[in-house]
Amino acid sequence: MKEKITVDQIDNKETMNIVIVGHVDHGKSTIIGRLMADTNSLPEGKLAQVKANCERNSKPFEYAFLLDALLDEQEQGITIDSARVFFKTEKRNYIIIDAPGHIEFLKNMISGAARAEAALLVIDANEGIQENSRRHGYMLSMLGIRQIAVIVNKMDLVGYQQAIFEQIQTEFSEFLKTINVVPRSFIPVSGMQGDNIAAISPNMNWYKGHTVLDMVDNFTKEAPLVEKPFRMPVQGVYKFTRYGDARRIIAGTIDTGKLQVGDEVIFYPSGKKSRVKTIEQFNSPPRQEVEAGYAVGFTLDEQIYVKRGELAVKAGELVPKISTLLKVSLFWLGKSPLIKGKEYSFKLGTTKIPMRLQEVHQVIDASNLSVLKKEQVGRHDVAECTLVLNRVAAFDLAEDISSTSRFVIVDDYEISGGGIIREAIEDQQKWVRDKVFIRNYKWEKSIISPEERAEKYNQKSSLVLITGERNVGKKALAKALESRLFADGKIVYFLGIGNVLYGVDADIKNQGDNKSEHIRRLSEVANILLDAGIILIVTAVGLSQVDLEIIKTTLMFERIETIWVGEKITTDIAFDLHLEINEQDIDGAVSELKERLQEKGVIFRPW
Amino acid sequence: MDHLDELENISIHILREAYANFKNLGMLWSIGKDSTVLLWLARKAFFGHVPFPLVHIDTAYKIPEMIEYRDRLTRQWKLNMVVGQNIDALSLKQTFPDGAVDRITCCGLLKTEALKNTLSAEWPRVRYNHDKQCYERDFNSEAFTGIILGVRADEEGSRSKERYFSPRDKQNEWEVADQPPEFWSQYKTDFAPGTHLRIHPLLDWTELNIWEYIKRENIPTVSLYYDQGEGKRYRSLGCYPCTTPIESSAKNVDEIIVELKTGKLAHIAERSGRAQDKDGGGGLEALRRKGYM
Repeated sequence: MKEKITVDQIDNKETMNIVIVGHVDHGKSTIIGRLMADTNSLPEGKLAQVKANCERNSKPFEYAFLLDALLDEQEQGITIDSARVFFKTEKRNYIIIDAPGHIEFLKNMISGAARAEAALLVIDANEGIQENSRRHGYMLSMLGIRQIAVIVNKMDLVGYQQAIFEQIQTEFSEFLKTINVVPRSFIPVSGMQGDNIAAISPNMNWYKGHTVLDMVDNFTKEAPLVEKPFRMPVQGVYKFTRYGDARRIIAGTIDTGKLQVGDEVIFYPSGKKSRVKTIEQFNSPPRQEVEAGYAVGFTLDEQIYVKRGELAVKAGELVPKISTLLKVSLFWLGKSPLIKGKEYSFKLGTTKIPMRLQEVHQVIDASNLSVLKKEQVGRHDVAECTLVLNRVAAFDLAEDISSTSRFVIVDDYEISGGGIIREAIEDQQKWVRDKVFIRNYKWEKSIISPEERAEKYNQKSSLVLITGERNVGKKALAKALESRLFADGKIVYFLGIGNVLYGVDADIKNQGDNKSEHIRRLSEVANILLDAGIILIVTAVGLSQVDLEIIKTTLMFERIETIWVGEKITTDIAFDLHLEINEQDIDGAVSELKERLQEKGVIFRPW
Repeated sequence: MDHLDELENISIHILREAYANFKNLGMLWSIGKDSTVLLWLARKAFFGHVPFPLVHIDTAYKIPEMIEYRDRLTRQWKLNMVVGQNIDALSLKQTFPDGAVDRITCCGLLKTEALKNTLSAEWPRVRYNHDKQCYERDFNSEAFTGIILGVRADEEGSRSKERYFSPRDKQNEWEVADQPPEFWSQYKTDFAPGTHLRIHPLLDWTELNIWEYIKRENIPTVSLYYDQGEGKRYRSLGCYPCTTPIESSAKNVDEIIVELKTGKLAHIAERSGRAQDKDGGGGLEALRRKGYM
């Protein structure tokens, strides 16, 4: 869609995205069509062409037809997806996003609304407040859109009566108040007749407020949040050595705050830290500082191992929350409901973690705010739930920093829900994690990187964790594997838990139930050996999932292969491989295990 | 942060998300202004490098200067350049206007079919060998699962409804009515085997934004966009039988920006010089549902 403009009008003008939402048939497209026609933003001849078209097909002309860019929309007469149209006022350039009002297309409405900085919510004066008037209001507040103007449309159909307008205003204001939304204004209009769209209407002398056009110009442009604490989800760590570039660049888009060369940054959830050495950019002069809104890259003083999914934070600023248990508010868009006992993917910033629904506290019907007690969350429901993650995530609470509290849930390849984190619940690994943070923070880094060690030793340092019931051949297997790998020239070491028990654990050996602490210390020893580049084999009796969580929390490395040995599986541990050992053929089990390590790329195949 | 900065940073974010999530990622480079801006943004996103192949569908009817320009930048910027073509349709002369088919069929064969089969690696493709300085048969037979395109929402109606990450099913078709939700910088990056995603980092850019950015960054463009003294220039580039220049005396980037800002072209569609959009009932949208870019 082309616009009519002059040089001085456009120079340095800002652009704002505005979404128009509301119940189906309340007249969103008509209002946009009218806005475009009245501001002379339509291509020449378009209006005449559409009018002629209507005449030919003997149907009355509607301004909404101007927007019908897609064939099937014309056929069904409803907006199915958010379409963008471009339009200007003297003040700024606008992108108007026309969001569909039909419940079936709520996910499209959300996609459209999420791009917007402000919203126009349309209510039909004749039909009054409908289900989606409320639901869309709720969604706008969940999405974090705070500037909302309510347009009461089709005033011509109710004889331009002030009383009808005021009744809708009172009723809808009350609804919005319950979800903490304060609208900027209520405007009585007729899209069809052009009342109060671009010019004040003579038909409603009782109305003293803005026209729609004035209202949009009155919305304020939201600046990136540079005053908030620094937050940057790591999108990638780039090293393009193949192209002759030795820089190791941490890349991402800054959500909030600012960053300077020399600043100390900490990466969560690992807790690793370093200082910003340079800020990197292509085809730009060097910079000392970058801020929210910019997609940036920086190098570090030390070569620490960080990866995509971590959250970069500045030392001395608000520490993000870290947990596997989250209390959230969410909305569900999926075709199948959100249920317990099913694995989903949780995406927050750049991290993606397997997730399960632990509990539904309450389900809210967004169209009337009634609260229901349900065991699952259905399509178009809004709910408060507790989610449990397979791995720890770093995030903020919605009340502190909204951008890093927002997540989506993927079900069967599709984004099926979104929400904000209200509360971080302490999980069972917190006591271990707290120690790990301090350790990582104080960790003296070798000048030899894990990659260099892996290349030299021709192996990736990994923990091979062998567990199972007593007397099933765990130790025999571990020792045989150690011998086989050693003979292959690998740097490998077998560590029985007893070796740790009487030395490292001497101080707690005789104190009651210390299994968790034993496991934590074993994991710390393992962490050092893994950092040295070794393939470490550990055996322990009857490890459970909680034990494995402690090990995973402690290790800086993710490479753990868990093997359950023996016929009977007696704990809840999620193992990678199940082996039953025949004493005559321990070599067979070793071969199977070795193959597994080759598959995982821990050691390499000789061909 | 001005509007161009805003657009640039969102596009870079999208490019990096695409790079992180797709093992077999490629970028379609049509040699036109939009996809060249896209290529430039990739160099920005990856600090001077383009860590995935660029794919060009050569219809053999492209204006020769476009091909020279493509190969010059490929060498200069060390690009991993892959080229695909519908060899059968060309040898059977199923082309317009010198063959027995109409414009839409020609587009379908030389572009859509060639694109599908180049992306899926079902047809042979060639890759530029920087050592030998020539194209040679590409023996990598893996299909692309993510393809980055320079589509803009303001070009025409159907493109205004695209997502940044837009899935295509096994038949390469686009389900306009059932697209994935997209919010909070979270995109559809999970996909079923056999399907692929199209990624559109330039969706929010306008024609004017593109030229303003070309000026700001000093991006090299093909000279066909500028009037060479005949009072004509191309506004949108395609195959020579189906692309006509517009009346314009804009000789450089600045003059194009002025032309766009003063509204000289305000009432002429950007793709008005592209004849295939006008043929048949559905035009570009019908083409796009079947997999056209």
